This record gives sequence, C-alpha cells and structure tokens, in this order.
Amino acid sequence: MDFILNNLLTLIVFTPLVGSVLIMLLPRENKPLLRWAAFVFSLVPAALSILLWFVYQPDVGGFQFEVYAPWFPTINAGYHVGVDGISVAMILLTGILTPLAILISFSIEERVQAYMALFLLLEMGMMGVFVALDLIIFFVFWEFGLVPMYFLINQWGGADRHYASFKFFIYTMAGSVGMLLAIQAMGLTAGTFDLLGIAQVWPNLTVGLFGLPITTVKTIAFWAFFLAFAIKVPIWPFHTWLPDAHTEAPTAGSMILAGILLKLGAYGFLRIIQPLFPHEFQAFALPVAILALLAIVLGAYASLGQRDFKKLIAYSSVSHMGMVVLGLAVAARVLGADEATRLNGIIAANGAVLQMFNHGLYSAALFALVGVVYERTHTRNLDDYGGLWVALPVYGGMLIFSSMASLGLPGLNGFVSEFLVVRGAWPVFPAITFIGLLGLLLSAAYSLKAIQKVLHGPLNPHWTHLKEVTWREALAIAPLMLLMIAIGVWPRWLLDVINLTVTRMIG
Amino acid sequence: MLEQIPFISIIVFTPLVTAVLLMLLPPERKTAIRVISAIAAFITMALSICLFFAYNQAQGGYQFTERTDWIPQLGISYFVGVDGLNLPLVVLTGIVAFTGVLVSWGIEDRPREFFTFFFILVTGVFGVFVSLDMFLLFFFYELAVFPMYLLIGIWGWPVTREYAAMKLTLYLLVGSVFSLVGALAMYFSYTTPQGTHTFDMLELARAGFSPDFQRLWFLPTFLGFAVLAGLWPFHNWSPDGHVAAPTAVSMLHAGVLMKLGAYSALRVGVILLPEGAKTFLPFIVMLAVVNVVYGAFIAMIQRDFKYVIGFSSVSHMGLVSLGFATMNHYGWVGAGLQMFSHGIMTALFFAVVGMVYDRAHIRDIPQLGGMVRKMPWAAVAFIIGGLVSMGMPGFSGFVSELPIFIGAWRAGSIAAWYPVIAVVAALFGIPVTAAYIMRVVGRVFFGELPPQFAHIPGITVQDKIALAILVFFLIGLGVYPRIMADLIGVGVRPFLAALGGA
Repeated sequence: MDFILNNLLTLIVFTPLVGSVLIMLLPRENKPLLRWAAFVFSLVPAALSILLWFVYQPDVGGFQFEVYAPWFPTINAGYHVGVDGISVAMILLTGILTPLAILISFSIEERVQAYMALFLLLEMGMMGVFVALDLIIFFVFWEFGLVPMYFLINQWGGADRHYASFKFFIYTMAGSVGMLLAIQAMGLTAGTFDLLGIAQVWPNLTVGLFGLPITTVKTIAFWAFFLAFAIKVPIWPFHTWLPDAHTEAPTAGSMILAGILLKLGAYGFLRIIQPLFPHEFQAFALPVAILALLAIVLGAYASLGQRDFKKLIAYSSVSHMGMVVLGLAVAARVLGADEATRLNGIIAANGAVLQMFNHGLYSAALFALVGVVYERTHTRNLDDYGGLWVALPVYGGMLIFSSMASLGLPGLNGFVSEFLVVRGAWPVFPAITFIGLLGLLLSAAYSLKAIQKVLHGPLNPHWTHLKEVTWREALAIAPLMLLMIAIGVWPRWLLDVINLTVTRMIG
Repeated sequence: MLEQIPFISIIVFTPLVTAVLLMLLPPERKTAIRVISAIAAFITMALSICLFFAYNQAQGGYQFTERTDWIPQLGISYFVGVDGLNLPLVVLTGIVAFTGVLVSWGIEDRPREFFTFFFILVTGVFGVFVSLDMFLLFFFYELAVFPMYLLIGIWGWPVTREYAAMKLTLYLLVGSVFSLVGALAMYFSYTTPQGTHTFDMLELARAGFSPDFQRLWFLPTFLGFAVLAGLWPFHNWSPDGHVAAPTAVSMLHAGVLMKLGAYSALRVGVILLPEGAKTFLPFIVMLAVVNVVYGAFIAMIQRDFKYVIGFSSVSHMGLVSLGFATMNHYGWVGAGLQMFSHGIMTALFFAVVGMVYDRAHIRDIPQLGGMVRKMPWAAVAFIIGGLVSMGMPGFSGFVSELPIFIGAWRAGSIAAWYPVIAVVAALFGIPVTAAYIMRVVGRVFFGELPPQFAHIPGITVQDKIALAILVFFLIGLGVYPRIMADLIGVGVRPFLAALGGA
C-alpha cells in the first residue's frame, strides 16, 4: 500500500502503458479476450484515480504526491509530477471515462488489438498532461497523446476520416510548435523547465531577451501558449478542426476527444498561462472573453443549423467550452482587484473547472448515444430518424436526460457550472455575459431540435425493429448519468476540492 | 588487463578481415557468405556497444587509445582513440552495419563481392571515427568512398546508378581535396618541439595557429567535409546517391556516411581552427537552416518514395549543422544526439523502403497503397521512424532536436539572428516534416491495396530482427536520453572551452 501511495501518480500514468504492451502480446484473433483485457486494464488506472481522489487532502496547499527524478540533465528537464485539486478532478474524469469508452468500443470488429492498445496509450498521454509539473514533461505528454488519437480517427473513423485526422494532427501540431518555442525561451531565461521554479522567476522577470523588451517577449510567449491551448479547447476561430474530427472519429474516440482532450487546452490555461502570465492574461482578458462569447453564441448557432446528429453535438462542444474560457477570462481579469471583485473571479473559475468536468460527462454520454443509434441505423442525418422513442424507450430516456444536462436544466450538472460562470462573469463583463445568455437560449433550441427530430414525430417504418440499448451500452452510459445527477443535486463533493485550489490560485 | 586489449583495432579491422575471408570462399556458397557476414557484423556491433559501456565518463578524455608509428619521418602514426564525441558514432556504425547485412540477405547477384565491398566500407567508416591522426583520418575517408562507388555502380538501381555513383564520387573527392589542402596547411605551418611536422590532431589542437591563419583555412577545411554532411548547397549528390544505392548501402550512406562528413568537419575544421569557426559558423548557420526548411519542402513534393527519405536526410542533417554552429553545450550535445538518432532513423527508413521496393518493384507513391496488410511490421517500424523524424516526444528525435533549438536560442549572444533561425527552422521544419511523413504513411501503407500486390510476400525474419533493433534504439534513446547525452556532454566540454562557449 505504501508503494502505491508513494508512486500513485506514476502508477496512474504508466499502468495504461503496461496494459497497452500486454494487449500487444495477447493473441490477435481472440477479439473477446482483447476487449475484456483492455477493459480490465483500464479499470486499474480508474481505481487508482478514485483512490487519489480520496487520499488527496483538499485543504493542504501546494502540490501533493510530488515525485521528482532527473530525466534529461543536459537541458535540466526532470520528471516532476504532482497534483492539486484541479488535476485531481481531471484525473478522476479521465480515469472514469476511459473504461466506459472502452466498453462502447466493444462493437469495433477490425484490428481490435491495435485499437485497444492505442486507446490505452491515449489514456497515458492524457494522464501525463494532468500530472506534469515540468514544462518539457508537459509537452512530451501533450504531444504524445496526439499520435494514438490520430490513428484512432484515421483507421477506425468514418468516410472522411483521412481528411479529418490530417487536419486534426496538423492543426494541433502547428499550435504546439509555437508552444515548444515559447517553452524553450522560458526555460533558457529561467534556467529550468520546472513549472514551480519558472513560476518564481518568469512573472517577475525584468530583463529582456535578445534586445527585445521583456514585455514584448512575454507577450509573444503568452500568445504562443494561448494559440496552442486555444486550438485544443477550441476557442473560436481556431475550432474548425473539431467538427471534422469529432464527426469522423469512432464513437469512443469522440467521447474521449470531447470528454477529455478538449479539457487539456483549458487545463493548460489554468496550469501554465494563469500562473506564468498573470499580467498578460489580465491585459488580454477582454479579447479572450469576446472570443469565448463568439464561441458560445456561434457554436450554439452552428449547432442549431446542423442536420448531422454528430455534428450537432460537436458544435455544441464549441459552445460549452466557450463557457469554460469565459470563466477563465474572468478569473484572469480580476487579478489584483479588491476582494469583492476577486470573489467574482473565484466563482467564475470554479464554474470553469466544474464546467470542464460536467462537459466531459454529458458530451461523452451524448456522443455514446449518437454512436448507439448510428450503429443500428447507419445514418446520422436527423431527418432520417423520427419517432424512435416508441421503438427505443430506454434510449429515449437516456438521450433526453443527457440533453437536459447539456442545456442546463436545474437539478442536473450543467446548470451548476453555467450558473457559477455567469454569476462570476456578470459583474466583470456585463455586456458579454448578457449576450452569452442568448447562447444558452440557443443551446436549449438545438437540444430540443435534436430530441424532437430523433425521438418524436411519426416513427419512420424502417426503424420498427431496432434493437433497444444493450446492457453493455447502458453500463457505459449509466455511470455518467449518475454523476450528472450527483453533481446537479449536491455539487459540493466536487466543488469543495476545486474551490480550495482555485481560491489559493486567484485569491 | 582490459586496457591491454586493442578494442578499437579489433572493431576497425574485423570487417576488413571478414572481407578478406569472404573473398576466399567459393562464390556459390551464398548461405555461408551471408552467415559469416552476419556473424562478423554482429561481433562488431556487440564490441562497439561494449566499448560504449566500458568508457569511463568520470575520467573523460580519450580512452582506449592505441599508438604506433607508421611513417615517423612524416609524422604519421596509427593513432586511434575514443571520446564522448565519436563513441556514439562508433556504436551507430556497428548497429547500422549489422542491420544492413540482415536486410541484404536477399541479394542474389554476387553476394560475395557485395559483402566484401560492404565490409571494406564499414572499416573505412569506423576508421574515420576513431582516428586521432589527421593523415589516418583521410586514409580511412578515401577508403570509404571507393567501395561506395562500386556498390552503387554495380548493385544500385539500374536507371540512375552510373550517374549517381559518378556524381557522388566526384563530389566527395573534390570536397576532400579542399579539406586535404587545409589539413596540409596545418601540417606544414606547425613545427613540433622536436623540429618535425606532425599529423597528430591532439598536438595540432595545441599548436596555437594564428587567428588569421585559422580564418584563412577554416572555410576550405570545413566546407570540404560539409559536402559529405549534405550541407546546402552542396547536398545535391546525396538524394541521387541515396536513391541509386542498394538498400544496405543507402542505410549506411545516409545513416553513417553523412555523419562522417559532419564529424570530420567538426574534428578537423572546428576543433583545430576554433578562431575560424567563431568567425564563419554564424554565417554557415544560415546554410543549415536552408537545409532544414528547403529539404523538408522538397521532400513533400516527391513522387518517388526513396527520394522523400533522401531529402528528409538533407533536412535533418541541417539540424546537425545548426547544432554545431551554436558553439555551446546544448547545441553540441543535441547535434551529437541528432547524429545518432538520425543515423538509426534513416537506416530504418531506407530499410523499409527497400523492403517495399523489393516486393512491389515500384517506388512511385501514387501507385503504392495498403502495404500495412502485407507487411505490418514494416509499416509500424516506418511509422515509428516517422514519429522520430517529426520530433515526437518519447522518441529520439525530440530529445536531440530540443537541445539544438535551445542551443540556438542561447547562441543569441553570438549573433542576433540565431534565435530567429531557431524559430524559422522549427516553424517550417517541424510541421512540414509531419506533413510529408503522414503523406507517405497514408499513401504507401494505408488506403487500398492495389490488386497487383495481392500476392507479394511478407518480410523475412532477418528483416524483422533488423527493424526491431533499430526501433529499440529509437525508443530507448527517446525515453532515457541520459544514456548518451551525458557521455556526449563529457566529450564536447574540452572543445567548447577552446571556442569560448560553455
């Protein structure tokens, strides 16, 4: 037990890798064995992340479960990992979502071995980002996660998968080149890549680099990070890879993409931009908030216009992630203000982090549900459905439940986080918040449109013999629904942990 | 006890002895020839890896040195030794030679002569890396060029082999003549305390040439070798040569021979003439960045699978030159790592290209497709090589490119354009590399398998062993860069002191 607790983060990051290697050693033909093995292996990091959730002490400041080991002394980069309340929440989300996505992937028939191995590798990449406290290690995992996702889309995706995966890869890679250059410049100035070390040095730096004044250097570095994270979140207008990638990815790939990968971008804002560029972020908080507003409104509006069920959900992700960014912008804006204003920032940041978690739950559930109906009907065109509730009553219930969480019905999780963001943003950016509320109206409109097109109306005679949701699919989606209601009814269990960390960060 | 065994000579001359042994065998005993070649190459590889671990890092400096007078009247001696700079390259040569023999198993046309020339080439390459005597270095250098001509001219791609072999040989010979002139200038302008001249590079490094002398002779010496490193605009021979060469020779050629040029340019040019380096390297770095960016763009538009890899080598070798040009610890360690990493990576690429070509008999990218179904091992290996090439973390490319870029940032104190060059190389080099690698992977290995390839055989056991070895080193270095980075760091420190860097 001591061993597990002392190396908890390392185990969480690398047990998926071990699982991946073991899967490669299993016989290729035995598909059921491969599927169950992947599921069981993914339960190990899941159990460890739940354990982490319980052993993490929210009221203790700083990072916990820190481990440091020299890795690449030539450039002074080390394997430095540790967690605070925000990372613990994200690790919990990743740990829970991965086994559920693997359950959904049981319907994959082609090259199951490679699929499952890649899926576990993907989990390793994501976990690594959430625990990294060294910029190089952060970048290593950030970039590494791209590879399995690329292949999942490229090999197991829909008809336009090659275009979509290529776009996804090149967009993200182009974003991360700038980030890598900024990391190098910062590491050079601070003499270390350690996040905690840089956080001491970098924001207070007064001497310029290469003849450029320090404010210019910092601004360029800020925008380099911003661009990398903005592409990942994605913030309007850098979102155009997302509808393609989400739509073409296999169902479980979309679940992870929307559920976790987008959060990596928002997490980057919290872990790197907020502590290292507080003044720059504050200076640019208004433009960022405007971009967030555009994401909220235009994302929702685009979603309303879709005829493809999966694209509709994909655009809704743009809109919901805009909420997260709005919260982050508010938190950045209140730096150095009086206590009452800072409280608004804390509320908004709480909302942003909770929204990350919430969106992970309902977007994953919605993508899983799209996958369920697509597997049976082989169409995603909303006009082809109609009246499915008669044929699939359980499915209908799940879809309505998850859509309601997404549109922010009180009692479910989406309401809590959106309310917090709006409550925090209102005194800081009143006009933006007001227009942003229009986006929430639109989000009700597209959710209801989807429900109406899929479930209501006359039953299309093609679909009279559709199979109801299987126990496996239900098992994959039910935990998400349970969490949605748990957070909706009693958000404190999660918010307390987030709040203490966020308060230390901003207050 | 261990010091008494002439490890280096054994490594250098085992291939030569094997070459002689092979000539004594009857030519029709092809299996015996192949087995003997593989055993000899394996022994060399194992010994070079042993040497790597036997080197004492705490002590540093030259180790396992051997010295015998050869032509004492002219100050020429057989003087060899390893330090942190050349040891990784010795290991690289061992690995590429062994895997090269494995993937050449299927050569049916005069395998005895093929392997004989191959081993002479390997001896030449090993010799250059371990030479501490300038004359010996040139001796081995020319020894490596000569079998290369025959290997390409006889066993190469029939369409261009004569042209490419001739072009390559002429380029390299002309380059080496320039370097030789520089070397002779150094030889004649330094008189030892005993009143003679010497080719001993350790002594020449202490000679204290006047700064003007160093500036005068730096360019011919450095650029003459840089031709072999593929520095733009002298890279022209390299894609043609790579494409025309038979698989194992391309592997050795791009994997090791280009490093021979970079290494010699460093050992003879930069280290012996540091003042010249300080004057000219800040300008040569501009050529290096052209290599990186231009090579990547040209690779992107190739139709021939092998030319893509050929130009990718031009691009990646630019990073090596860029690293050296930074003249600081980061850049040099990065360049050292990049030489090793690129050597293994490009050997892997050419091995896979050869496997595809041997079976499909075409290299035209639009006509290929779906190869993953016929040779999954080769596809996975190629993808891993591709990830190395685009600098993906977790693989050796990342840990070698990163210090190079950091070095370039730091070199901002030498000349203001270094950081700009780092930014340009990264912004254009990395995404374009990703794009051309993904294009090739997508077109060659994925997609529909053309019907005419429905019955091509898979790759052999020897091929799989070769690929597994190469992949092992790419991942191993990427995950645990210290294993080599610390050693290179020890190796470059004394030379950087002479350049005034740290």
